[in-house]
Amino acid sequence: MQRDTDSASTFSAAAGAVTLRQLFAGFLKIGLLGFGGVAPIARHVIVEDRAWLSEEEYASVMGVGQVLPGANTINAAVMIGDRFQGIAGAIVCLASLMTMPLVIVTALGALYQHFAALPQVQAAISGSAAAAAGLVLGTALKMARRLHPTATAIVFGLLAFVAVGILRLSLIGSVAVLGPLSIGTAWLRHRRKK
Amino acid sequence: MKDNLLWRIAVTFASLSFVAVGGVTAALPGIHLQVVDVQHWMNDRTFANLYALAQAAPGPNVIVVGLIGWHISGLAGLAVAMAAMVLPSSILALIVGRIMHRHANTSWIVVAKTGLIPVTIGLILAGGLVMARAADRGILTVVITLAAVVFVLRSERNPAWALAAGTIVSLSAWWLGLPR
Repeated sequence: MQRDTDSASTFSAAAGAVTLRQLFAGFLKIGLLGFGGVAPIARHVIVEDRAWLSEEEYASVMGVGQVLPGANTINAAVMIGDRFQGIAGAIVCLASLMTMPLVIVTALGALYQHFAALPQVQAAISGSAAAAAGLVLGTALKMARRLHPTATAIVFGLLAFVAVGILRLSLIGSVAVLGPLSIGTAWLRHRRKK
Repeated sequence: MKDNLLWRIAVTFASLSFVAVGGVTAALPGIHLQVVDVQHWMNDRTFANLYALAQAAPGPNVIVVGLIGWHISGLAGLAVAMAAMVLPSSILALIVGRIMHRHANTSWIVVAKTGLIPVTIGLILAGGLVMARAADRGILTVVITLAAVVFVLRSERNPAWALAAGTIVSLSAWWLGLPR
């Protein structure tokens, strides 16, 4: 997979480089293993396991997905599927992502009445929720480390983190303010380079 | 009668599709309002339980909408609710994705995408903190969270292993009668 170093965010893998069957299997796996949050598993499968996208390509897909309505990973599934196999790819990724979760959740729904109150179940869920939180934190830190951020990037990352994570400000509001500011500084940096 | 119900489910969730910026969490207040207060499809407690179930199951939390649809009207309700919630925003994502790709080499698109990345990472980190605050009740859960962080940072292995480990550790601690 040759990297186009000029345009940092194009998909360097060509359309068709990943088949429908591969997309199906990959997103089925993501849906199946995405306990507590799909993002860490999605990144692992797409970037580390199957190398469909580079770290930067994945981060920029997630960025666009975050800004648009809809769950980030669902938007990512649609965009990635479309990129490799057009509308068929988008549908396959969306369907395979959601199938196992929906099957499992309805099965859980049926069992819930019987098992929810059991302390074993609560202990198990408590442990998995704690691990899931750690996975999300770890994934964000890992992405940050691998993307070699500039000092400005770190500042904006921290601002977003503090605004939404610590001050609990509105997500939409924070993105609406910090997004353009961050893009603005990136633009200035870009102009200065030319 | 049933067709009317399915239609109402479709309209309700389609209109909420565009509110769910960043995920279903942003739309949750709106969903709750419609499902519990306006349409009277269920009470508060059921809503909370269904959401807890959606979190326990793998996949994006937006599957809570599927559960709600299933609760209201079985399999048809699930399918309609899920499709109504997911398709509008997905179609938008597809269109935007194509536009961005077509103009991928345009410098301002490149700058916009790279410029957004730091905020993206910060938001994911914030989400992790919110999850940690909700999940970490005592020493054991804090340790599990930190161990999961280290695991992701230090290995290329599937994160699901950390989930399994956290579950087993917590279960074992309960079984051994250790405090959480």
